[in-house]
Amino acid sequence: MLTYMFRRLAVGLAMLLALSVLVFILLRLAPGDPVAAYINPSAPLSPQALAELRARLGLDQPLPVQYLAWLRAALSGNFGYSIQRGGVPVLPLVLGRVGPTALLMGTGLVIATVAGIATGIVSAVRRNSSLDVALSAVASLGISSPAFLTALLGLYLFAVKFHVAPAGGMLTPGVPFSLTDLLAHLILPACLLSLGYAAMIMRYMRSSLLEVLNQDYVRTARAKGVREVWVILKHATRNALLPVITLIGSTIGVAVGGAIFLESVFNWPGMGLLLVDAVSSRDYPVIMCATLITGAGVILVNLLTDLLYAVIDPRIQVSK
Amino acid sequence: MKDAVLDISGLTTTFTIGGRAIPAVQDLDLAIAAGETVALVGESGSGKSVTSLSIMGLLPRRVGQVAAGSIRLRCKSGQTTSLTGLDPESLRRLRGNDVAMVFQEPMTSLNPVFTVGEQIAEPIRIHLGKSHRSAAADAVRLLGEVGIPDPERRAKQYPHELSGGMRQRVTIAMALACDPQLLIADEPTTALDVTIQAQILTLMAKLQAERSMAVLFITHNLGVVAEIADRVAVMYAGRIVETGPVQDVFDHPRHPYTKGLLRSVPKLGEAAQLKAQGRDLPTIAGNVPSLRHLPPGCAFANRCELATESCRAAVPVLEEVSSGRHARCIRWREV
Repeated sequence: MLTYMFRRLAVGLAMLLALSVLVFILLRLAPGDPVAAYINPSAPLSPQALAELRARLGLDQPLPVQYLAWLRAALSGNFGYSIQRGGVPVLPLVLGRVGPTALLMGTGLVIATVAGIATGIVSAVRRNSSLDVALSAVASLGISSPAFLTALLGLYLFAVKFHVAPAGGMLTPGVPFSLTDLLAHLILPACLLSLGYAAMIMRYMRSSLLEVLNQDYVRTARAKGVREVWVILKHATRNALLPVITLIGSTIGVAVGGAIFLESVFNWPGMGLLLVDAVSSRDYPVIMCATLITGAGVILVNLLTDLLYAVIDPRIQVSK
Repeated sequence: MKDAVLDISGLTTTFTIGGRAIPAVQDLDLAIAAGETVALVGESGSGKSVTSLSIMGLLPRRVGQVAAGSIRLRCKSGQTTSLTGLDPESLRRLRGNDVAMVFQEPMTSLNPVFTVGEQIAEPIRIHLGKSHRSAAADAVRLLGEVGIPDPERRAKQYPHELSGGMRQRVTIAMALACDPQLLIADEPTTALDVTIQAQILTLMAKLQAERSMAVLFITHNLGVVAEIADRVAVMYAGRIVETGPVQDVFDHPRHPYTKGLLRSVPKLGEAAQLKAQGRDLPTIAGNVPSLRHLPPGCAFANRCELATESCRAAVPVLEEVSSGRHARCIRWREV
């Protein structure tokens, strides 16, 4: 078990290293110049001053040298300083955004998992009923609606039209922190984030449970006189969850993309908003650090899913 | 039959497929006394398993239904209950308690995510209302009774950690957990190695004698029938075509189908001889007719050497050919 976890962590580190190389190269390939952020449009710098600035930032070096310099500093915990934000150290800046993003994504995932699994079970048990058809139709809509549409539509309906939720931000500015205020800001983006995810989980859960309900051991449970509700919730659901958990774990990276979008629509002060800002101003150090921290999070969640899988299915032994 | 634990009369079970009701079992009479084993024999699709599912009330919902007849079970309380008239909840209380079932596939009929101890303890908690701890202790005792060594350790294991034979012992322990009056065994040895088959049959015979249960043993293996059953009922295309004490039926079959079945059992020496002579093993020519298109007369007529015009005119009745023996053939005297 321990060796397995160490091995997985080692693989995770290697993946992060590969990710850093990839992002580093992609950033340099993208058009745009980070030095532009330093330039005051009303007082253009002389070419000589620009070259000096470039040299100070190390941007005049060949790419491999730049990368190795970045890596050496990063390994010692120094992820550099924000180009755009006047030399603020990047790591504390990024780490400060982990909390809000984790809160938004975590809440969205919990809502999506609970709603998706529950509706999936109902749909499978009442298959081909009008309820099943209605739920499946809603799910299809949820899966096929792009995030930019649902986010803006949700924002318009609930914040602008009906005034039931704040239009953005995480807390009301100038008001002392309160949990209800946080929840009021959280609920709308979290629900919108969970929409497509819940629909996907629901469809998987439905088909997985339908398959399990045809298994011999479900018939055995009925033959033992187990109540039908327990046949489904105890004997069938636990088996049906296995592929659904894999799905949740392996698509968590997709959810990160959705979260980035929602954060910028709802002005949620998380990693996504930071990334979007950083990308638009070519703030290389911030992009590198935020991408790596996000990647580390996704890898960690995948590891946790695999461990959870072994808890639910005794046939899987993680020690091997 | 007096004092029958199970008494089925006139059972007709239909499946509704594409708006049509297709009879899977027709006009079936069967009675089993306490301590008696009756074998239900037939090819795939002859209605054996549908009969057992009709008794258990486990026919696929909205598709299968008991269309006619009655199934009466003498419960542990001594009262006789009509299973066909019961609501689903009362039927559930009988399942696993008064009537239990052992299935064909030990590899798939146990739930992979629960320990075998838990799966045996479950019906004890449900029907006998015992605590978790006491039911778990019962499960260990039952595992010992079905011949599993080191039952304490085995009870904590999952199905995938057990061999096929062991798993079938577990399903037997599970079925016997509440001391049922009637045990239905649906091809319990078909999926097992021959040597394990013999062990399971011996075990079942021993457990039955200890508990004087009625056993309905469903199989297509005539060797198994000879070994375990007191009486046999041969089914063909949804109907019983012959019934009687096993020895009588095997020695003097009174239906051409039974005779053909018995002739088709390969015997070790004979099979080698036939091979040496370059001849095929004996079979029954033709196929079982589809239940959707049953002929108006005897369903076996098209495969029968003795068939005449009158065989094809109407379904023959199940005639008493001697005391305790019946055959559904108008020419049984010539078989």
